Amino acid sequence: MSHDTTHAERAHGGPKIYTLVLVALLILTFITVGASYVKLGSGMANVILALGIATVKGSLVGLFFMHLRYDKPLNALVLLVSLFMLGLFLLSCYTDFETRDPLEPARLKAPVAAPAPAAAHGAH
Amino acid sequence: MADVLAVPLHATHKHDASDNYLTNPRGLKSWLTTVDHKRIGIMYLWAILAAFLIGGVFALLVRIELLTPKTTIMSAETYNKMFSLHGAVMVFLFIIPSIPAALGNFALPLMLGAKDVAFPRLNLLSYYIYVVGAILGITAMVGGGIDTGWTFYTPYSSTTGGAVSLMTFAAFVLGFSSIFTGINFIATIHKLRAPGMTWYQMPLFCWSMYATAVIQVLATPVLGITLLLLIMERTFHIGIFDPKLGGDPVLFQHFFWFYSHPAVYIMIVPGMAIISELIPTFSKKSIFGYKAIGFSSIAIALLGFLVWGHHMFVAGQSQLASTLFSFLTFFVAIPSGVKVFNWLATMYRGSISLETPMLYAISFLLLFSIGGLTGLFLGMMSVDIHLHDTYFVVAHFHYVMMGGTVIAFLGGLHYWWPKMFGRMYNENLGRIACALIFVGFNATFLPQFVLGSRGMPRRYYNYLEQFQPLHQFSTFGSWILGLGLFMVAGNLLASLRKPYDAPRNPWGGRTFEWETQSPPITHNFDFDPVLKHGPYDYRPEKLPPRPGVLSPARPAGGHS
Amino acid sequence: MSESALTAPAPRAPEHSGHDSTLQHHFATHEQQFDASKIGMWLFLGTEILLFGGLFVGYGLMQAAHSEAFVAAHHHLDKRLGFLNTVVLLVSSWTMVMAVHSASKDRRKATVRYLIATLACAAIFLCVKYFEYGHKFHEGLLPGMYYSHKGDAVPNQFIFFSFYFMMTGLHALHILGGMVAMSWVLRKAVRGEFSSTWYTPVDLVGLYWHLVDLIWIYLFPLLYLIS
Ligand SMILES: [Cu+2]
Repeated sequence: MSHDTTHAERAHGGPKIYTLVLVALLILTFITVGASYVKLGSGMANVILALGIATVKGSLVGLFFMHLRYDKPLNALVLLVSLFMLGLFLLSCYTDFETRDPLEPARLKAPVAAPAPAAAHGAH
Repeated sequence: MADVLAVPLHATHKHDASDNYLTNPRGLKSWLTTVDHKRIGIMYLWAILAAFLIGGVFALLVRIELLTPKTTIMSAETYNKMFSLHGAVMVFLFIIPSIPAALGNFALPLMLGAKDVAFPRLNLLSYYIYVVGAILGITAMVGGGIDTGWTFYTPYSSTTGGAVSLMTFAAFVLGFSSIFTGINFIATIHKLRAPGMTWYQMPLFCWSMYATAVIQVLATPVLGITLLLLIMERTFHIGIFDPKLGGDPVLFQHFFWFYSHPAVYIMIVPGMAIISELIPTFSKKSIFGYKAIGFSSIAIALLGFLVWGHHMFVAGQSQLASTLFSFLTFFVAIPSGVKVFNWLATMYRGSISLETPMLYAISFLLLFSIGGLTGLFLGMMSVDIHLHDTYFVVAHFHYVMMGGTVIAFLGGLHYWWPKMFGRMYNENLGRIACALIFVGFNATFLPQFVLGSRGMPRRYYNYLEQFQPLHQFSTFGSWILGLGLFMVAGNLLASLRKPYDAPRNPWGGRTFEWETQSPPITHNFDFDPVLKHGPYDYRPEKLPPRPGVLSPARPAGGHS
Repeated sequence: MSESALTAPAPRAPEHSGHDSTLQHHFATHEQQFDASKIGMWLFLGTEILLFGGLFVGYGLMQAAHSEAFVAAHHHLDKRLGFLNTVVLLVSSWTMVMAVHSASKDRRKATVRYLIATLACAAIFLCVKYFEYGHKFHEGLLPGMYYSHKGDAVPNQFIFFSFYFMMTGLHALHILGGMVAMSWVLRKAVRGEFSSTWYTPVDLVGLYWHLVDLIWIYLFPLLYLIS
């Protein structure tokens, strides 16, 4: 059978690329840690930067180490759909959280003081 | 004839039916270590039927308790545990694995013309994980039970006593069995279709199973982490769901329903899968709107992920989120409607034969339509505020889950029974049982719509005197329903005592499983399964000449 | 697929359909089998992402509700140890991908060596985690009701540690699982069971290992670097 060739064709990448990717990952790690010591305006900017770099690193791992770049697109589709579902879940929960009536007990930032009825006017 | 199967004609039985997957090899050990999808399907079948029996007994006891407005046969605490266990057993141990893991495991590879699922050992593992989960669940039932309802809402579930942690852990374990079945089916459908079978030539059962598997894979892990978090909240008080600790109980509902609304489609889409097979087979007519039915399954699977918040309209969810979720909920009705209309169009001008499976299919159409349409009432925010947590909801989801899925499951069971065990059951008894189930089901649950709209809350132990007649009506109905189900069991089990008498194709089906012997040999096919015609090709010139079984009275509609 | 396997009415002989013991009986070609295993693994990884994803969502929302507490609490973590572990895991991902590459090129010795290196990295990671956990236990920085750290300026820091332990704990369990799987693959590699035709287990364990790495890539900034 002809599986020898099909298999060999799959094994793209190669040590050179893998090593380059590793170096890039290490450099990006240094940058994240470095950036965490610098205050970038609001705290939000730092979080976005850190997560952005993490996403770049994650994509490198996925594309090269996990061979998504060379694979059939179906595997990448599985990954993307999972991530999409996760994003949907986060976004919907967040929408609910941010638009709730602030007087509802569940929105209180501090614990409800007493085990009394949950509607206690969470003075803290 | 060149067009028909490349295979032995039905007259020439190469194999004697006594050499089949049930008997070859023999012995308990060969069953317990089997990796044959058919055997695993059968083992799942016995297991889920046992679960159905347990859950059904709980249901009957709950109904008996509700005969009178005050105590009838059990204490309030027992009653709370009884309906919680009824829900948990039926959902996690019965309905979710019922069609995919039992019937699907048996039929899907056969329908694809494959020799097994893609990962046979994973399949067996999934079965044993199910068994472990079931044992844990039964341990939890015996050792304290749960009184939270099957939904485990916090903060009640994180503070109440009983075996809540063990039961949630059992559900967590069962989730993996469901995930593994899903992974197996997706890989099987992608990679193991018979030579020549494109996606559009697959039986629609496979499309729906694919959609189900997608939901199983995407939603179940979130249930897993939800249940773990609940266990953590109970043991460590980690503070995520408990408002006393700064957590948010509504967040639990988000987590729970992110799985459990799609899980409704894990339950109903396989039911639709079976109906899509039964209707063309017993109408002797090509299915109307093949692609529409196929893609509506996928659409249901994906839309099902966008609507979970409709369970939380009165739970403290923000108004904006509720509005969005309510709006999106209506969209799910579209693909379901597409399916129902296509099934009806398939039946239109077909030569319908009313054998037992078809009777179940017709019951499904009626009951599922009621269940689906009342779902729209509940998806509408303003109406839901009145109906939330009343018997209207109970009636609605029983029409979908039982009137839809369980009826379809019974239809599928009668449809594939001759293929599974090689015996025909008593047709007349089958029809009578189906009629009893239909009548009993409606007698049980129609009154609950009325009860609910008049304000009877669900899960209550005592109720106002004025509700008693309807409650009694419902309980009497449940006895008819129970009787019908026992008749089904008796009829099917009695057939097992007979010698093999089922032909290869008792119903005149056009999919692969009907071309091999009944019951199939261990390797499924005694010929090379190569696709020669579509799954619902009833054009007379394409049918094998088999007088008596298949003789379409008139040319079938022209949809090919 | 060979004729005999299809037509033989003999009882099933799992996994040994004639000549090739690495081709299971229900697959026609190695390519079909390889693709099926791969899609199966990716689906499993998808479930892993959603499993961890639930924790990430919970973390995100609780972080939004208790942001001061979370920022204050994260100062108890040692950035340097987190950084060290990140580097260790990244290197292990590299050794893993090299192991897969060597296996696909029939280089048995190299495969074994890279697998051992990956296992070593995993062990280092767990050691570092062990010291980190020990330090937290000592200070009473524990999840939920076991939190007993004294003198906090900001209340509710226990919620951060609930998440810290759940997320890193679940991740550490995955590392352990990966080590078990890798030892199994290592044994097969030592015995010379792999060839360029069939090295699926190395490939699949590799995918799993990269996912564990990928999750850590997000855990590290979220837990150690938020401000
Ligand atoms: Cu729903």
